[in-house]
Amino acid sequence: MAFKGAIEVDTQRCKGCSVCVENCPTKSIGLSRSVNNKGYHYAEMIADTCIGCSNCAVVCPDSVITVYRVKIQ
Amino acid sequence: MNLEDIKKPENIVYRKTPLLTDAIMHYCPGCSHGTVHKIIAEVIDEMGIQDKTIAISPVGCSVFAYNYIDVDWQEAAHGRAPALATATKRLNPDKYVFTYQGDGDLASIGTAEIIHACSRGENIVVIFINNGIYGMTGGQMAPTTLLGMKTATTPYGRDAKLNGFPMVIAPMIAQLDGTAFITRQAVHTAAAARKAKAAIRKAFEYSMKDIGLSFVEIVATCNSGWKMSPVEANKWMVENMFAKYPLGDIKDVLK
Ligand SMILES: Cc1ncc(C[n+]2csc(CCOP(=O)(O)OP(=O)(O)O)c2C)c(N)n1
Repeated sequence: MAFKGAIEVDTQRCKGCSVCVENCPTKSIGLSRSVNNKGYHYAEMIADTCIGCSNCAVVCPDSVITVYRVKIQ
Repeated sequence: MNLEDIKKPENIVYRKTPLLTDAIMHYCPGCSHGTVHKIIAEVIDEMGIQDKTIAISPVGCSVFAYNYIDVDWQEAAHGRAPALATATKRLNPDKYVFTYQGDGDLASIGTAEIIHACSRGENIVVIFINNGIYGMTGGQMAPTTLLGMKTATTPYGRDAKLNGFPMVIAPMIAQLDGTAFITRQAVHTAAAARKAKAAIRKAFEYSMKDIGLSFVEIVATCNSGWKMSPVEANKWMVENMFAKYPLGDIKDVLK
């Protein structure tokens, strides 16, 4: 069974600490080129390889990541 | 399947727990405090004990913890959280009572309070954030600062002759008969954070069994105080802090 995932980041609350980037097993997250209202480069999906494991969201100190996951055959 | 089709409410597998308020945390980017607040909030949510929980916040960076976790709180004088928790729990034995304390708060100005609360076997939970530094006041040496570690007050590194040795609290209080469960955890990776969460849940459960005090130490980072990026701080913690403060259970009277 395989999974496909997606994340949604509350970009205005993200402080761009990068801890999620380090914890992503599929290298699907990176920091944005643009900045939010506070001047932080926020986390965003950079590749379509997310498996919805939630690791990024679990380690996020500011709890800004929502994770979605579907089964694919 | 395209991403917008996946992002539907029925496919949510992880979201911010409603036990965390919408207040934006004042912590620095990447600070361990936020992650620990989150896993505590998740435990309280999953146990369904929001209106049965009373927390005591410390003095230190986490002094404003009451703005973030949506339970009843009291704010203690510096280091005195275990004393306040003692009264709170004795007057409300049906409530889950926990303190949340840094290493400056617990291991320095509050050493007497924590040791005597442990010795008396108070049925409370203590969450101890060990980041080896005084974060709030600008990165001065804490009792837990490692030998050789540079801080604002040990600019050449902590020297045992001048500054004493790092204080290792968990095994010290494990010798006291009043403690029930003592563990040391971390939150730098998802696996570690999940283990820490399970440990916090166990501590909450033990606090209702009338068997004594449960103590969860979280080896943490203070990347601003350590003058590193959050990711570098996590690596430094694994390489240096874990050698002096290894992770794992130290005492469990029910095992
Ligand atoms: C009676 C008293 N003495 C000293 C202080 C100054 N002070 C504020 S926070 C702090 C130490 C905080 O360090 P720690 O408990 O490790 O928490 P962190 O900020 O690292 O999370 C000190 C000494 C104070 N507020 N009150």
